[in-house]
Amino acid sequence: MNFIDNPRKLRGFERQIKVEKISRRSILKGLGVTGGFVLAAPVISRQALAYETGAGKMPHGVVVDPRVFVSVAPDGIVTIIGHRSEMGTGVRTSLPLIVAEEMEADWSRVKVQQAHGDEVKFGNQDTDGSRSTRHYLMPMRQIGASARTMLEQAAAKRWGVPATEVKAVNHEVVHSASGRKLGFGELAADAAKESVPSIEGLKLKNPKDFRYLGKGQVGIVDLHDITTGKALYGADVRLPGMKYAVIARPPVTGGKLVSFEPDAALKVPGVEKVMQVRGWPWPSKFQPLGGVAVIARNTGAAIKGRDALKLVWDDGPNGKYDSVAYRKELEEASRKPGLVLRNEGDADAALKGADKVIVGEYYIPHLAHVAMEPPVAVADVKGDKAEIWAPVQSPGGTREDVAKTLGIPVGNVTVNVTLLGGGFGRKSKCDFALEAALLSKELGAPVKVQWTREDDIHNGFLHTVSVERIEAGLDKSGKVVAWRHRSVAPSIASTFAAGTVHQAPFEVGMGLVDMPFEIANISCENPEAAAHTRIGWFRSVSNIPRAFAVQSMVGEIAQATGRDQKDMLLELIGSPRMVKPNVKDLWNYGEPYDSYPIDTARLRKVVELVAEKGEWGRKMPKGHGLGIAVHRSFVSYIANIVEVAVDDKGKLTVPRVDTAIDCGTYVNPERIASQMEGAVIMGLSLAKYGEITFKDGKVQQKNFDDFQVVRMDDSPVVTNVYIVPAGPDTPPSGVGEPGVPPFAPALINAIFAATGKRIRALPIGKQLEA
Amino acid sequence: MIKVKINGQEQSWDGDPDLPLLWFLRDEAGLTGTKYGCGQALCGSCTVIVDKQAVRACITSVNDVAGREVTTIEGLHPNGDHPVQKAWRQVNVPQCGFCQAGQIMQAAALLMENPKPSHDQIREAMSGNICRCGCYQRIENAVHLASTGV
Repeated sequence: MNFIDNPRKLRGFERQIKVEKISRRSILKGLGVTGGFVLAAPVISRQALAYETGAGKMPHGVVVDPRVFVSVAPDGIVTIIGHRSEMGTGVRTSLPLIVAEEMEADWSRVKVQQAHGDEVKFGNQDTDGSRSTRHYLMPMRQIGASARTMLEQAAAKRWGVPATEVKAVNHEVVHSASGRKLGFGELAADAAKESVPSIEGLKLKNPKDFRYLGKGQVGIVDLHDITTGKALYGADVRLPGMKYAVIARPPVTGGKLVSFEPDAALKVPGVEKVMQVRGWPWPSKFQPLGGVAVIARNTGAAIKGRDALKLVWDDGPNGKYDSVAYRKELEEASRKPGLVLRNEGDADAALKGADKVIVGEYYIPHLAHVAMEPPVAVADVKGDKAEIWAPVQSPGGTREDVAKTLGIPVGNVTVNVTLLGGGFGRKSKCDFALEAALLSKELGAPVKVQWTREDDIHNGFLHTVSVERIEAGLDKSGKVVAWRHRSVAPSIASTFAAGTVHQAPFEVGMGLVDMPFEIANISCENPEAAAHTRIGWFRSVSNIPRAFAVQSMVGEIAQATGRDQKDMLLELIGSPRMVKPNVKDLWNYGEPYDSYPIDTARLRKVVELVAEKGEWGRKMPKGHGLGIAVHRSFVSYIANIVEVAVDDKGKLTVPRVDTAIDCGTYVNPERIASQMEGAVIMGLSLAKYGEITFKDGKVQQKNFDDFQVVRMDDSPVVTNVYIVPAGPDTPPSGVGEPGVPPFAPALINAIFAATGKRIRALPIGKQLEA
Repeated sequence: MIKVKINGQEQSWDGDPDLPLLWFLRDEAGLTGTKYGCGQALCGSCTVIVDKQAVRACITSVNDVAGREVTTIEGLHPNGDHPVQKAWRQVNVPQCGFCQAGQIMQAAALLMENPKPSHDQIREAMSGNICRCGCYQRIENAVHLASTGV
């Protein structure tokens, strides 16, 4: 008896894109291939909520049923299902912790069990978009409260007293009038027979009685296993008789195999077989690229065998893709008018009449995710049944795609979700699991497909490449009266539909059309750009280039007018208000605007908080500088202050970073701090080093030597995190991604303060050495 | 036949002597705590201790460790209570956790060689180990904590 919200929503990625852009097949898929369930009213009743979220509109919606998520054993051990994927955010701990809180379970007697991919049973499982806490705080509270109510009812019946006289407290139910107590274990069997209470009638705990939520005292459930090497990632799955495979894939997106010679590979000790892997023509969503697989008794032999293959490829239509030429193309497009997405006042006229126009053209190249665990999956296909073990962010989507790829019913596919050794959006695409499924089917044996780091960098779903051009018009007093922002970048939609040249609403909604400044004349435009490689989500997605451009421009305006950066920023944000951009179908991270408005009071608050705590304006030694930036994304508000030091030779170090975050009501402040610390490192990595380039259609980087990320010796000396306290009625908002966008512009503004050099193209690379 | 002692147990290998120790450990010996991250000694995820030195298992062949003693994360401490492991838990270091076995082995090797490293020495010694989640501040603090007593 699962309650399913309206499933007339597109599955996985498609949910974020205009329906007309996507093939009919995808739409049909969203409509009912997984059918067989009963349509019911939305599970989360409006009455029970202090706020609404977009959870019910996700594919397969939300399931609020304690019998799906909670079980109590006779020995009192409470098992709670974690149905989202753990990639380092702590969600496998946080969501079950919410259930435990409401049901009055003692966390030391709780076990967390990972759900397999089954969205009909568990509701939406796409662990992306910084949505887990935002969408599941209230449903998990309701599940916990339901379980608690069932235990209380069982105890009341046992004692023959009204249920109102009993109360669950710390893993037992108490009847205080008579002093009687029964442990959860003793009540388990009876409680299971109780009917599930209606959501409307549930009594939720008063937040002041919370023992776990908001406290940050509970470590992640996998902490011990991680520190002892026992934690199970995708790469660690071993099955009896399992073969090990690596695959040689087309080096150019859209390319295909012409011929191959397997003989030398087959002579490598340990290599057992060389076989072709089916590929799909580009663009094909998450379907495999195809190529040649080397099957061996261990991964080392498979890699050595692959090195010995002789391969001939046809590079296809993208064989001339060249990053230098493409950047020029984007720049030229940004200098001409494009599709107007937001138009307020008359930006053209205001720019013409401005006393001063400041122009900034900002460039951010392709980026690779390089999660420490490269893509990997194990599949065991027998007849018309398939079992997968994989580190996927989208267990439900993986299940459907495996079924479709193998041509078997969805119900015959089991997707076991391991821990993810990092995700960052890469593991939202299940291509690697599909490869394993295809190989296992053909081999008739379980197989592990391991991507090497080089594969990960050469054949990924890269972060887009973009030019963001902003023109700001100032009047005589230095007030900004006009703002024109053109964003040119290939869209993620190009991975799904050929011929895509405009960015999707969910991309332009990330910092372009939702720009919150109080300016009379605004134009936001999107000139055309075609993709020449696979583009995908990368942690915080289009917010990276947007925040970089917008917040750098704030620094440039301050610089041009001799103003303090923070004062300039607050002046542009303007009065406390709810910004309602004049935009058709404004993308608001899938959330209803009323619960999650663009609230400049909250934006100002994080700026003011970080300025106070981060000691904005403190005296800097020679060669040091402070920069500030703020950005709203994933409906959270985050501000950074960065202190940099640049020495005579242009060597850049970061002595201190301060971060303020307002993510509404929150579950685990300790994990929020860790996400913010990590976002700073990812922001610094992309700002300092991050660049994937193409020549002749091929990625030119290979591994961590030429695609560098920040290491400990150039990480900030100290990162401080401040969380804005929020009342329980403030809806929870994103944490996993929104820490990334404001860092790079704060860094760049700091570099300007330290050196007088304005950097407009990332990565910084050697630009400070000149 | 190559003989090597892994976590106190004698193991033998009669396959390709050039097989990287990493894949021997993971795929042949079933010790999956040691991770693959780059295959080129660039990230440190595969760090193990050979005799008393931190070694990248991805560029070390089984032949290279013939007759020597290899310690992996599984063998660092029987109950997982090596000071470095305890410090890691106290500081709540990991996010995704994938690189942490390598980080812990590197830190344990550092403390064997230098029981009281300065912060600069910690940063230098740990810089061969990449953490894409960005847990560096906590790693540094945990190594420091392990060196001062947990």
